[in-house]
Amino acid sequence: MFQVRIHGRGGQGVVTAAEVLSVAAFREGRHAQAFPSFGSERTGAPVVAFCRIDTRPIRLREPILAPDALIIQDPTLLHQVDVFGGLVPAGYILINTTRSFEELGLEEFMAKFPPDRLCTVPATELALKHVRRPLPNAALLGGFAAISGQISLEAVSAAIREKFPDKVAEANVAAADEAYAYVRREMEETQRAQAG
Amino acid sequence: MLKQVEGSAAVAEAVALCRPEVICAYPISPQTHIVEGLGKLVSAGRLAPCEFINVESEFAAMSVAIGASAAGARAYTATASQGLLFMAEAVFNAAGLGLPIVMTVANRALGAPINIWNDHTDALSQRDCGWIQLFAEDNQEALDLHIQAFRLAEELSLPVMVCMDGFILTHAYERVDLPTQEQVDAYLPPYEPRQVLDPADPVSIGAMVGPEAFMEVRYLAHAKQRQALELIPAWADEFKRVFGRESGGLAHTYRLEDAETVVVALGSVLGTIKDTVDELRDQGVRIGVLGITCFRPWPTAAVRAALANAKRVVVLEKSLAVGLGGIVSNNVSASYPGSPDDVHTVVAGLGGRAITRASLRRVFTEAIEGRLEHVTFLDLDHKLVERVLAREREQRRSGPIAEGILKDLGVVAAKIG
Repeated sequence: MFQVRIHGRGGQGVVTAAEVLSVAAFREGRHAQAFPSFGSERTGAPVVAFCRIDTRPIRLREPILAPDALIIQDPTLLHQVDVFGGLVPAGYILINTTRSFEELGLEEFMAKFPPDRLCTVPATELALKHVRRPLPNAALLGGFAAISGQISLEAVSAAIREKFPDKVAEANVAAADEAYAYVRREMEETQRAQAG
Repeated sequence: MLKQVEGSAAVAEAVALCRPEVICAYPISPQTHIVEGLGKLVSAGRLAPCEFINVESEFAAMSVAIGASAAGARAYTATASQGLLFMAEAVFNAAGLGLPIVMTVANRALGAPINIWNDHTDALSQRDCGWIQLFAEDNQEALDLHIQAFRLAEELSLPVMVCMDGFILTHAYERVDLPTQEQVDAYLPPYEPRQVLDPADPVSIGAMVGPEAFMEVRYLAHAKQRQALELIPAWADEFKRVFGRESGGLAHTYRLEDAETVVVALGSVLGTIKDTVDELRDQGVRIGVLGITCFRPWPTAAVRAALANAKRVVVLEKSLAVGLGGIVSNNVSASYPGSPDDVHTVVAGLGGRAITRASLRRVFTEAIEGRLEHVTFLDLDHKLVERVLAREREQRRSGPIAEGILKDLGVVAAKIG
């Protein structure tokens, strides 16, 4: 089982991101379970959503306490919520930001994780460019496909098209595509730095 | 057809396949997505001639369902929590009148303090209302139970409540197998009412009954529910024949062979319990599970048979009989052939408190080692409770409990569980 926890704020499409990810996994023939943290939905309030992916039916209903991957939609949460709580060793971390881990004050913390599993992506900027709204969720799923290899970009795109109306879907697919390419480039750079 | 959808959407599709003729509902979390979905289907003309009636309250929702059902229409509504309480008078009337209404209850806690999250207090508060009450373990079963519910309701001329955990199921995306219209039509014949308000053949429904016959009417309600205990498994078997999968029935057992310890529960927590039981079985612990699907009528014989060889029973319930302990465990105790001292009540998950494998493992182990008290509250924050009690000892005007406890707790936004 692969468990993903998505942190963001009310209005950023956090719950939708988990749902789209579950649809993508389903389209690849796997079992998936997406659910929100069930907080009162308020714009701007911290929100958590969860997605489990497995080859077998999923019965477990507890919140994801030991995620294999974290998607952080809003970097202002880093010092407000224990977003890294329970992350497995060698877990994946994808943060929506234009800043580096060093600028975020996370350099020391991130040193504990394998560098090829950590990445930042300017998902809000990509969303503004393609979707014209600051909704980073689709871009982050593109980035997640690139960093984790747990899901194909094609499945993510198909899930976005299933979930959103045509025009909005195409804009979000474009944002996901560009985020995917961005994260791939970042990972190649990391690999070169490690090799170099 | 396999689909990855929200539980509420799956239920809306299932209800739509049952060809309802009147849907009346008042929105309340976490039920709202179900009736929103049905509202869209009605307005798109997919359910013609079904009428969607927006009502001004839950009391009106059930009253309209009663009227529609008495006029011979297949009627459906959905509610939760305070909404169920607000319609309570009409809920009893629907059962008393013998009208086959189907209602989803998206289980949610009851206030005060106000809480929108899941537990079973709402549905269990209505356990003696005369409705059949079925509890779904996952979204597939929630979908399937609705189809069975219409069949059951109309065969027995009794209303059926399908309970599914609010948020945990209603808002969860998971894989479901949506049946075809042909399958549902093969299982669910058109509604043939036992009683109907028909201008061509006028009758009166809802007469006053005095001491001369009230007991007999109530006895018949009881007898009919006990009769349902035979019919429910039969229709679950027929469901399997038509749809090719097992769903519904009175109760499900899991790894009960040679089990010395049996955990009894209702609803979606059964999944987490089964995963925990698998872990314990891997270590050689003789433990199994009894999942109650049908809470009313209470399946006495099925529970008795499942618990016949259990040395101890742990009833894990998302409900509390304040001043007694458990509601479900009180029912289980009455059907357990052993000593009531060996039936432990674990109250868990009230108001949406997460129920984790780690906590279940701990409490099951305590039970097996003979260290579990008769009634316990899973993951209760004893320090928090003690602070309130201390405040009450120290000052007369100790203030409202809920607000005081929130102040003691501080910011909770940082919590993930």
